[in-house]
Amino acid sequence: MMCPGRGTSIRRNIRIVMSQSQLLSVEELNGSGVGPVSIALAAGERLAIMGASGAGKSLLLRLLADLDPGVGKVILAGQPREAIAAPSWRRRVMLVPAQAGWWAPTVEAHFELSMMEMAVTMAARLLLPPDIMKREVRVLSTGERQRLALVRAWVRRPEVLLLDEPTSGLDPTATAAVEALLVECSGEGVGIVMVTHDAMQARRMADRTFTMDKGRLGAA
Amino acid sequence: MNVISLHPYDLAMASTLILLDAVLSLVFRLRLHRGLLLAALRMVVQLVAVGFVLRYVFAVGETWLTLLVIFAMVLVAAREAAARPVHRLRHGGFLISLASVATPALLTCLFALLTAIRPHPLLSPQYAIPLAGIILGNVLNSASIAFSGVLDGVGMQASAIEARLMLGDTYRAATAELGRDAIRRSMIPIVNQMSAAGVVTLPGIMTGQILAGLDPMEAVKYQILLMFLLAGGSCLASMVAVYLAAARLTDNRGRLRLDRLVTR
Repeated sequence: MMCPGRGTSIRRNIRIVMSQSQLLSVEELNGSGVGPVSIALAAGERLAIMGASGAGKSLLLRLLADLDPGVGKVILAGQPREAIAAPSWRRRVMLVPAQAGWWAPTVEAHFELSMMEMAVTMAARLLLPPDIMKREVRVLSTGERQRLALVRAWVRRPEVLLLDEPTSGLDPTATAAVEALLVECSGEGVGIVMVTHDAMQARRMADRTFTMDKGRLGAA
Repeated sequence: MNVISLHPYDLAMASTLILLDAVLSLVFRLRLHRGLLLAALRMVVQLVAVGFVLRYVFAVGETWLTLLVIFAMVLVAAREAAARPVHRLRHGGFLISLASVATPALLTCLFALLTAIRPHPLLSPQYAIPLAGIILGNVLNSASIAFSGVLDGVGMQASAIEARLMLGDTYRAATAELGRDAIRRSMIPIVNQMSAAGVVTLPGIMTGQILAGLDPMEAVKYQILLMFLLAGGSCLASMVAVYLAAARLTDNRGRLRLDRLVTR
């Protein structure tokens, strides 16, 4: 089954990227509490990063999303990060943090009108209630917020998804729904880097797994 | 004009109210007394000193001296505006405060001197210094509330701002609501002042002028002029303060740089 709402042109573009080279390439990336880190992500590949709390996993994701300053070579589909405007980079390499922020009182205010249909479909796939878009953010559970943050990111069609513990607040059924969706989406060419504390999840989901310790990545 | 001259004894009588406040603070353990007495003492010393300075500057009547006094007032106002927020910028806070206070205050002051008051000479100390003083006082308030709105508010809204950045919004779009909120808050005092003027309170300047023997209608005209100037200056100051403070909290990649803030 195809990932909902993904246009043909997007798929074609991603296939071109896949056939050309790696999607995301990181060399000697250093930032506060992280580095040096070198890593490569192919289109459609899923990487898992594990490690103790405070090892620098979330900081690495923030560095990749260009939310914290760092030095090193980061290349997306052949283009160095410096050549891409920062908002455009973050749209293409999108971070979904463990606890996402919300800037408006209602859920629907976080989605543009053009994204709403896809968002509703995605929300249903992730077992969210049918009226979720009409609800106020303050009444949502942690799990609902987590899944909505994923929906909110996904409908903006990133090329790389950086997920910080995307299922930590979910029950097994909802976790399975999220994992199934992520597998499908990576099948469409989206690269996924996922931080998790669940070794079983890393085994189920990841093509490659890394361990982070004191800001450095090593093979698991 | 019939001015009823005040004797130091009259002021001493009035100061018993401050002492009464201090006693109440001690009785009810409000821990206000030290700050209150210090502020009252500071106010008396500052005003007496400024009275002597103004008497001298008015007597000399030199433009350079007038400008020097206004410059000193601007520096103090900038320092005060930067000192209010709980969080302050690690670097460049004073310069931003100086720009936020000095630019609107001086522009508004010059505007009033050129278009409404038109004294001869233009920088006559009797007009320029009090005008600059009252405008600076209000601009200082607005700028410091605006600073506080951005510098203290950004920490609380950081996750919401970063959420927007993560989704590809520009820094400007992500912080727009924070800035708007800070400007709105900073304008509340002057809007309240205008709404209540003449109905709830007689504004301070007008009261002073009437007590000093000026015709009430003349005092009213001056008060209306001042209110317009203060509203204009305050709005300008808030906008400059918000724009510069927000600009200092980002970098060339449009990140939110909370590391540029320090907590007092």
